[in-house]
Amino acid sequence: MTQPVTMPPPTVNLLEFRNVHAAYDRIDVLFGIDLAVPSGSVVALLGPNGAGKTTTLRVAAGLHPVSSGDVLIAGRRVNGTAPEELARRGLCLIPEGRGIFPNLTVRENLRMMTYAGVSLSAVEEEAYRRFPRLKERRRQLAGTLSGGEQQMLAMARGLATRPALLLLDELSMGLAPIIVEELYEIVAQVAREGVSILVVEQFASTVLGVADLAAVLVHGKVAKVGTPAELADDLSKAYLGA
Amino acid sequence: MDKFLTFTIVGLSLAAIYAVIASGLVLTYTTTGIFTFAHGAAGMLAAFAYWQLRFDWGWPVPVCLVVILGMMAPLFGMLLEVVVMRGLRGTTDTVKLVVSISLLLFMIGLAQLIWAPGVSRPMSKFFASSPTIHLGPTTITWHQAITIGVAIVVGIALRFGLTRFRVGLAMRAAVDDPSLSALNGARPNRVSMVAWALGTVLAAIGGILIAPNVTLDAPSLSLLIVSAYAAAIFGRLRSLPLTLLGAIVVGLTDGYLTGYLPQNQYLIGLRIASPAVLLFLVLLVLPNPRLRGRMTRSREFFPMPSVRGALTFAGVVVLGGVVLMTTLSTPDQLTYGRIFPIGIVALSLVPLVGFGGQISLCQLSFAGIGGLVMAHLGHGGDPLALVWAVLIAAAVGALIALPALRLSGIYLALGTAAFATILDRWIFTLPKFAVFGWFTVDLFTQGSIGVDPLRAFGTKFDDPGSQIVIGAVAFALVSLFVIAIRRGRLGRRLIAMKDSEAACATLGMNLLGTKLLVFAISAGVAGLGGALYATQLTTIQAGNFDLVSSLQVFALAVVGGIGAVGGALFAGISLYAVLPLIGVLFPSIVQWVGLLPGATGIGLGRDPNGAVHPMREGFAPLAGSPSSLLVMALALAALYGLRLADAIDNWTFVIGLFVIPLIATAVATLSAATRQRVLAQLESSPDRTPLEWIGIDRPWTDADVERLDRELGTTSVLASELELHGTP
Ligand SMILES: Nc1ncnc2c1ncn2[C@@H]1O[C@H](COP(=O)(O)OP(=O)(O)OP(=O)(O)O)[C@@H](O)[C@H]1O
Ligand SMILES: [Mg+2]
Repeated sequence: MTQPVTMPPPTVNLLEFRNVHAAYDRIDVLFGIDLAVPSGSVVALLGPNGAGKTTTLRVAAGLHPVSSGDVLIAGRRVNGTAPEELARRGLCLIPEGRGIFPNLTVRENLRMMTYAGVSLSAVEEEAYRRFPRLKERRRQLAGTLSGGEQQMLAMARGLATRPALLLLDELSMGLAPIIVEELYEIVAQVAREGVSILVVEQFASTVLGVADLAAVLVHGKVAKVGTPAELADDLSKAYLGA
Repeated sequence: MDKFLTFTIVGLSLAAIYAVIASGLVLTYTTTGIFTFAHGAAGMLAAFAYWQLRFDWGWPVPVCLVVILGMMAPLFGMLLEVVVMRGLRGTTDTVKLVVSISLLLFMIGLAQLIWAPGVSRPMSKFFASSPTIHLGPTTITWHQAITIGVAIVVGIALRFGLTRFRVGLAMRAAVDDPSLSALNGARPNRVSMVAWALGTVLAAIGGILIAPNVTLDAPSLSLLIVSAYAAAIFGRLRSLPLTLLGAIVVGLTDGYLTGYLPQNQYLIGLRIASPAVLLFLVLLVLPNPRLRGRMTRSREFFPMPSVRGALTFAGVVVLGGVVLMTTLSTPDQLTYGRIFPIGIVALSLVPLVGFGGQISLCQLSFAGIGGLVMAHLGHGGDPLALVWAVLIAAAVGALIALPALRLSGIYLALGTAAFATILDRWIFTLPKFAVFGWFTVDLFTQGSIGVDPLRAFGTKFDDPGSQIVIGAVAFALVSLFVIAIRRGRLGRRLIAMKDSEAACATLGMNLLGTKLLVFAISAGVAGLGGALYATQLTTIQAGNFDLVSSLQVFALAVVGGIGAVGGALFAGISLYAVLPLIGVLFPSIVQWVGLLPGATGIGLGRDPNGAVHPMREGFAPLAGSPSSLLVMALALAALYGLRLADAIDNWTFVIGLFVIPLIATAVATLSAATRQRVLAQLESSPDRTPLEWIGIDRPWTDADVERLDRELGTTSVLASELELHGTP
């Protein structure tokens, strides 16, 4: 858990939330999020069910509007930018659940990733290199893949489209621990290549191993930010709602 | 054998057309989630445009095809997407339905505006002068060969395009998960624009191919689409191959019926209605759509009507009827008198659609049944015939509901539309027939049938004026009945059913019984409306009760607000008062009036609460101000007196009718506002956050604690101390 952390100089924040509020209909769920993802670092966003983690990522990806406050990507305000535009500019959100198209084949799913501006051959090469199992199944409908394989396919987008900013929502959901570790191994590799990553998890152990920074979200507010080591102690408290 | 082959080819060429149209429908439905009733109308417009370019202006065929299929159709599709369809994302099924039905009405109106109806516009088939092709023992015309060829090409092109082109993939991806598609970087607006452009082109191809086989008539050409719907339902609105299969079944059925159906006057209509019959059957045998919880959270909100409000409404309606009777000339009475019977038909939708969430597009068919009963049993104006009209229409309603019970949403809409079509094209055109040998029925005597005016209490209500009053009284009574349903047990069950059928089923509610009952009630009410309508018309024909009229009433009732009786009145008034009035006021645009019902639906159909709701909200302050109410009533009575004494004309009267309530409302609103301001000043605290929300909406302050003390009459510590959790 305590591998040496090489932090890039925190001069540039690739992603930054400034006092972001968001609501579903009239029910507020985010109450002033302040959070920064420094360029080239991995930030883990933790918190109990319903804290607003998914909402935070959806706001960043342009899927959900902010009611007030600003979202900045590479220093530029992106409130109100459509998700497809952000995707084309190098933001990649792998949503909660299965981020795939079940009625398209594996290969067609990969083809959809080319909207982000990478050629099909490059996408295929990268995806099959990281996940050889996908190559065997490329003609199969994605909906018929196993849960782990589906998550690999979803992850493939995060790798093959070479995003600058990767947002991951509960990669581990419903997967065997061994597969989760495999996936986080890959997240760590990607991070080493310089991609900035904001990763959401409920259970901290695996993700804290790869994170440079961690933040705890409770009731729509960032309750604590720090290095994983600092946070490990506080986490249990946060979950108990102290 | 020759004959068999010949009609097989006839059937296959029809199948080809249906396949092309239906695949466009499936394409737009799957990629955008909007099932459009206007799809056939797009084909109809293309057919008219083709006639214009090719046969009226004599342009060469290739130029016409390029202009229509390459430019006009795709542009029209994109326009449709941008102006109408884009705004429908995330709305309920009913709203989508109403908007697309309105679009259908609008396009029919548009076609009739540009190409006056009733003019013969012959179109020849492709290569009509070339000799037929010999194909073994049979022959095939060039037109048929081209039609089949086009369908094959379209099929291959679609298959290819949807798998090989990225935008085709994106269309299929949007079916699975639109927001994930956006996360991938596909532009959803562009994808759905492509889908609508493509869908419209397919409809246009179908329209141009089918038009030479039929008469160029806007409504019937638009509704030819029923055949394509049947094919699309075969594919469960998803699968293109199954849709193709469906098209072949529908086309061949039509072909063989043409060839082999006995030349018998009872069955002639069956062939015309056969696609609708097939559609109905397919809907019934289709695997049952599962009970689902609510998918979209709707913004619909129809407040519970109060007893006082209901009685007021009923009273105003009756008064309105009396005023119309006493102030209008006889021809005007004939025109405006339709408000109430058609209003009653619209009222029949309120419990069914508004409360129960069931869609019916065949209310005028039930009205037609009511009208027929009145014609046949109401000799001499026997009022008992009204009772029969209600009962028989209700019985037919229940009969239809029985198979339709398992359908919901657009499937139910299609099923009821199919039923309306079957009545329209077949049953209502039947000659005299015997029912089980008991008695004979001669429905519309294959044309029109006379209806005697009502006679009751020794009076014959044969003048339009008294019929208006009867209509108004009936409308008022039915409104009270509908409101009683809403306030009672059935109303609660209906609303629960609308909110979530799944939840009702788990609560052990008898869904089937409830649905059956509401269908029967609704059909009965529509039957009553139809019977009264018939007595006003004095002769009725099948055309008075066709599907297009049902669609108009449905669309306008939803626009008015389908969950409240006011919405039904809105529908009646719009169709039979506002439209004729606009025609009178602005004679220069009289031909544009046909566009209005459609345009209204497209524009206003979005607000699920209807147009009447904000109006009523606007007038609400009046209810709280007895003095304004009294003054208004007196002023209106005086105005009415002036009109009766012929001191003012109808125009002044109508203007007064609008202006006086508006002034009264303005006064009431102002005085209410003043009162509020005074009240607000009396309260010392400027912050009106309700006590129970303090601490949730915003943190507690010392002032709040003081306020709490004031309101509870207690004394306590300051908030700043409270936060110390008891530590001194
Ligand atoms: N579509 C929605 N409509 C209304 N409320 C919603 C919606 N989605 C989420 N919420 C509410 O917003 C709050 C935050 O939800 P969110 O999904 O962001 O939580 P989360 O931290 O991701 O939880 P989990 O760990 O369970 O995934 C919750 O209280 C949830 O009930
Ligand atoms: Mg979540």
